[in-house]
Amino acid sequence: MSAMLTADWCPLGRDTYFRKFEIYSMTWQNEINMENVSVAVGQYGGPIAIIRDRKKFVKVQGIGKPIISIYSASGKTISSTVWSSGQIIQLGWSSTEDLLCIQDDGSVLIYDMFGSYQHTFSMGQEAKDMKVIEAKIFANINGTGIAVLTSSYRFFLVNSVKEPKVRRLPEVPSLSVPPSSWTIISEDRQIRILVAKDRELFVLKQSEQHALPVVPDFIEPISAIIEMSVSQNNRHIALFADSGCLWIGSADLRERYCEFDTKCPSRPKQLVWCGTEAVIGYWDNVLLVIGRQGDHINYGYDSAVRLVPEMDGVRVLSTYSHEMIQKVPLVVQQIFRINSTEPGSYLLEASKQFQKRSHRADEYIRLVKDHLEVAVKQCIEAAGYEFDAGNQKMLIRAAQFGKGFIADLNPDSYVKMCHLLRVLNAVRDHKIGIPLTCTQLQHLTIQVLLDRLVVRRHYYLAIQIARYLKLPYNEGSSRILAHWACYKVKQTQLDSEQVARDIADKLGYAPGVSYSEIAMKAADCGRMQLAIKLMDYECSASLQVPLLLRLGEDRPALVKAIESGNTDLVYTVLLHLRENMPLGEFQMAVRNYPVAQALYLKYCRDHNRETLRDIYVQEDDYNAQAACFIRESYDPKNTLTMEASLSAAQDSYRRARNEFAAGLCEEQQKLLRYQKTLEDKFRREFVGRSLHDTVYFLLLLHETKLADKLRTEYRVTDRRYWWLRIQSLSELGEWMELDKFSKSKKSPIGIEPFVDVCLKHKNRSEAEKYLPKVKDELKVKYYVKAGMFEEAARIAFEQKDLQALLFVQGRCASADRNLSDKISHLVTQLSTKK
Amino acid sequence: MASHLSGGKVNVALVQELARKELLQLLGKCDGSKAMVWDESLAGPVGLVAKYDLLRENEVLKMFPLRAGHLPPSPVKNIIFITRPQLHLMDLVADNIYGEERSGGCRKEFHLFFVPRKSLLCEKWLKNRGVYGNFALIEEFACDLFPFDSDLMSMELESAFKEYYLENDPTCLYQAAQAIMTLQSLFGVIPRVSGKGPAAKQVWDLMCRMARAKQDTERPGLIPQSQIDHLLLVDRGVDLLSPLATQLTYEGLIDEIFEINNTTAQFPSERFTKSDDVPTNLSDERKQIILNSGEELFAEIRDKNFNAVGPALSRKAKLISSQFEERHGEKTVQEIKQFVARLPHMMATKASLATHTTIAELIKEVTDSNSFLESLQTEQEFMNGIDTDKVHPYIEDCIAQKEPLIKVLRLVCMQSVTNSGLKPKVLEHYKREIIQTYGFQHILSLTGLENVGLIKLQQGARQYTILRKTLRLTVEDGSEITPTDISYVHSVYAPLSVRLAQYLVRPNGWKGLQDVLGLLPGPTIEESQSLPAGHGPRRGSISSQ
Repeated sequence: MSAMLTADWCPLGRDTYFRKFEIYSMTWQNEINMENVSVAVGQYGGPIAIIRDRKKFVKVQGIGKPIISIYSASGKTISSTVWSSGQIIQLGWSSTEDLLCIQDDGSVLIYDMFGSYQHTFSMGQEAKDMKVIEAKIFANINGTGIAVLTSSYRFFLVNSVKEPKVRRLPEVPSLSVPPSSWTIISEDRQIRILVAKDRELFVLKQSEQHALPVVPDFIEPISAIIEMSVSQNNRHIALFADSGCLWIGSADLRERYCEFDTKCPSRPKQLVWCGTEAVIGYWDNVLLVIGRQGDHINYGYDSAVRLVPEMDGVRVLSTYSHEMIQKVPLVVQQIFRINSTEPGSYLLEASKQFQKRSHRADEYIRLVKDHLEVAVKQCIEAAGYEFDAGNQKMLIRAAQFGKGFIADLNPDSYVKMCHLLRVLNAVRDHKIGIPLTCTQLQHLTIQVLLDRLVVRRHYYLAIQIARYLKLPYNEGSSRILAHWACYKVKQTQLDSEQVARDIADKLGYAPGVSYSEIAMKAADCGRMQLAIKLMDYECSASLQVPLLLRLGEDRPALVKAIESGNTDLVYTVLLHLRENMPLGEFQMAVRNYPVAQALYLKYCRDHNRETLRDIYVQEDDYNAQAACFIRESYDPKNTLTMEASLSAAQDSYRRARNEFAAGLCEEQQKLLRYQKTLEDKFRREFVGRSLHDTVYFLLLLHETKLADKLRTEYRVTDRRYWWLRIQSLSELGEWMELDKFSKSKKSPIGIEPFVDVCLKHKNRSEAEKYLPKVKDELKVKYYVKAGMFEEAARIAFEQKDLQALLFVQGRCASADRNLSDKISHLVTQLSTKK
Repeated sequence: MASHLSGGKVNVALVQELARKELLQLLGKCDGSKAMVWDESLAGPVGLVAKYDLLRENEVLKMFPLRAGHLPPSPVKNIIFITRPQLHLMDLVADNIYGEERSGGCRKEFHLFFVPRKSLLCEKWLKNRGVYGNFALIEEFACDLFPFDSDLMSMELESAFKEYYLENDPTCLYQAAQAIMTLQSLFGVIPRVSGKGPAAKQVWDLMCRMARAKQDTERPGLIPQSQIDHLLLVDRGVDLLSPLATQLTYEGLIDEIFEINNTTAQFPSERFTKSDDVPTNLSDERKQIILNSGEELFAEIRDKNFNAVGPALSRKAKLISSQFEERHGEKTVQEIKQFVARLPHMMATKASLATHTTIAELIKEVTDSNSFLESLQTEQEFMNGIDTDKVHPYIEDCIAQKEPLIKVLRLVCMQSVTNSGLKPKVLEHYKREIIQTYGFQHILSLTGLENVGLIKLQQGARQYTILRKTLRLTVEDGSEITPTDISYVHSVYAPLSVRLAQYLVRPNGWKGLQDVLGLLPGPTIEESQSLPAGHGPRRGSISSQ
């Protein structure tokens, strides 16, 4: 078996082997003739776009317009479209597997794999005016970039087709004919274009003003560099000169690995890197593999082929088959090389013997006893590099066999490889047609592979893989389901009701599914009904509401916003409605929702007083209308007079049958009018004072009569009027008057306030006049207030009030030791009496 | 760092930690030196989460309050606005940006952090004002809860009651529900939920809705064990009386007299002896004191009735002085060493004793005043249902002497609640008196109070009388020094909401209380939340419905 395995190996130099094997035999062999088409192939086993080669004459059937056909890597038709736009300069694929069609007017049209148009961007006005003559598509850190060469020999490039921002590169000095060749080197963030003007080389950088000349050190003299190629990792470069000489070296041209004479001076049809170890040149009928050390292998072909460089090899597409040329991975070489003494090789042999039930299995195991772990590791690793399921099984079986002899081996790498192989075999299947290698998958990640399956609409397989690998829901299944749903809603021929139900059945309330995203897609396709139905399944109101608004579903949006309790959303809906509806209709709509109404009122209170009152009028809320008028009357910006506003308020209150408040309004108007006459009379400020303050002010002005009049007119209570009199008299220091007043009538508030005001103005002698008349139960307290502790104590003693006596003592203790002692005496006296 | 937060049953410091991490992460997004412009209502609360030192370590060089007009000049690269999502604040932000743009100078990056959530409305407003494009970053600082103490967090939404009851704006309920969800993500799902009142019900409904939406995104492994076993939601509308009553605990009185904001109170500084180790700013007329349980002495006396604070302080004083006396008794080097080791703690206690003695003196001046005592007496009469049905002469006197309006309104409201509404004549009398004395504009204040139910007309049943009896809301003979009942906090009155909570922890819970609950407004909630498998408390799990 191992003999067969190594049959397709060719040595390149001493220790390196290259192998060539078939991946698929092409389904397209009856449709496509590689001789007269131009081909664009996506990397990582991507799709293939084919268009008739303009430069070749063929018999045309049907319409004259070119057709772009898209096939899977196994040659299965995916789609085909009639091209009706301008002249295509270059076809290519982006890293997200969109088809990029670069036209001679510098516009880049983007299509998906199924031939449906996505969008267009332009390479700039100058490219449009001068026409594009050549274009190259390249991968970089931002995704996929495009560089074009115009007929004025200027270069323009965009770093990423996702965010196309056209940059102009410096001019190559005195370039009057097209450059003999050019290529792009994208290292990290820096993108350089390497241009050959015959034997001179220039590097163009975005950041530099001028082109920088560089000189590769060719040993043999050359006259022009007519082809160049950069390796996939952008570290190495190959330059092909018109002498047939191939220079291989580092991408910065500082180091030369070798110089090789191909003895073939014509320009190769393709020159590509095969991994990082070798360069493959393709001339008619021959593939020449040239190693970095200058060794070479020849492969003959009798029909046209297309080379597709990958990170770990080159795929060779022809009319009939799809092959892979790659350097034999080291570990595969170690196991299968003839006379290998590597542990993996022995383990494989042991495993084979074991399956034959031969005792020699034991002998082989003994040979590797000490290196079993390495042996198992090698077998596992080698299995990953094999495309043939039989070889994979053979190696995995060997690993499993070896594992049994190691006590505590960590099985993770074994299990992981089995998983990986199962996934790889599934996607490599002819029907799916993604010929990924293990190395490529690891570089691409499972996530991207799932995305690629989704792009191909292999939803079921993608979900199976996600489940098989136990990916978390929101990274795996639910994301795929969401994509499926988006695809589903785009099929406009299906019934909305049915689609909504189908989607809900499949997705349910699966975690991480955003129904709003799906609904948005549906809306984009013009399927409003479907979008609205889908929105019902969305849990998050903050996603639901804006979309419902976009769909013109105003009422449901309002209801959902209110239900969510998030008032910010309610406001959003309200303002949206307010801007898009006639005012009357808006107000009628809002009034059915109390929360919305309240929030709108609150908003109006701060920003639109007029509207606020309109609503109250509409709602017949007279009390609230009155409140508006009153608030307005205090607003300095008010256009009406204060009286007018108040009278409006009075009317409103009356309508609300709030006679009491209406009466208050009326009184206030009367008071205002009166205050104005007072102002005229006294030239003092009255307006704005309360009734109480007005009366007090009049009393201070000695206008007792006017105060009296106001008092009766506004029915000021006796209690308050007495307080006013007492306070004003004491304020004026009219102690005689105060005394007179105290005797004029029986005070409704007692005599105590008289004491209080005297004390307030620190007039103790006046206070003493009133003290004897203080009510008995308050006497002690008031004497203390006046600071007359001795009398207070005496009264307390007379009243036989022990508590009061102690209270007095407590208050005076610090002030007067003597008195305190006296009181103590009285206390004991009082206690003993009892 | 935050020892006063981590001592309790649940580690409140986690809340602080979470918020701090989030703030620093946000700051990390703005490269270079920064100036922060604060919505003034947030400066205090956010200070509880991240002190200025921490901000300075993260290149915050300047702090400004958010005001109209120009920002003071500052040589920074980034200007960060940090505000609540309110439109009038957006106007200030826009003004500031216009000012900054016009003044020229070096280009600055503007950022806007909303607390606690972004708002589409505000963003739209900024777009209309034409400054939306000026922001490099618009982010949210999702900080709903500000940690005050090991057993206390606040959302610091000052006007929540007004917004909900007067303006019918339920924003605060949404925020409350969000805050509880945050708590649950830190301390596990709370298995039992009880509540009373319409707002409580709405919060619970929102919580259910959010929990449903969250199930989708959250992986079960991430939910912590339940550390809180019961959630009680009480709508303020259920218990309007308690906040009206004068607080009589030590901390309560500090709040009544000096106001505590974000655990900090300000006192007249001249009354505090200036010790050498605390540098006092001469221009500072107010002395700021942070009040939390990190201070041993304060933790001991904060919840005592003020009448018990004096004895407690003097006891402490004696203890300290005897400890200081001990040094004369020390003989061996060992003993002296021990004494010295205790010294810093003793010094700290001594300093804190001095501070609180001063505060207590300040409070005593007020509580001894006639106006305080008379007003308290009136309150207690109302609580006990005495003379609640007629015009109260003390209220009249207060009005006649033009005492602060807030004091008058507080008493009127209290009378209205304890009388289960006032007779029309009484109410009209008060209204007329207030309007005639304090000015006509207060017709609006009174309408507002009526709309939220703090003042109302008497109608039918007298709920307060029944509640007072069945829930024992007034307790006459409770001790203030060694209290056995919560009524000591108001010297007579036991807050209704506390009584509800007390019943809840009894074996029968609220089961025997249905009649009483029926008297209170709004629905009653008695629910349980199902826990993810294996996350329940050990003891028998509660069935979910």
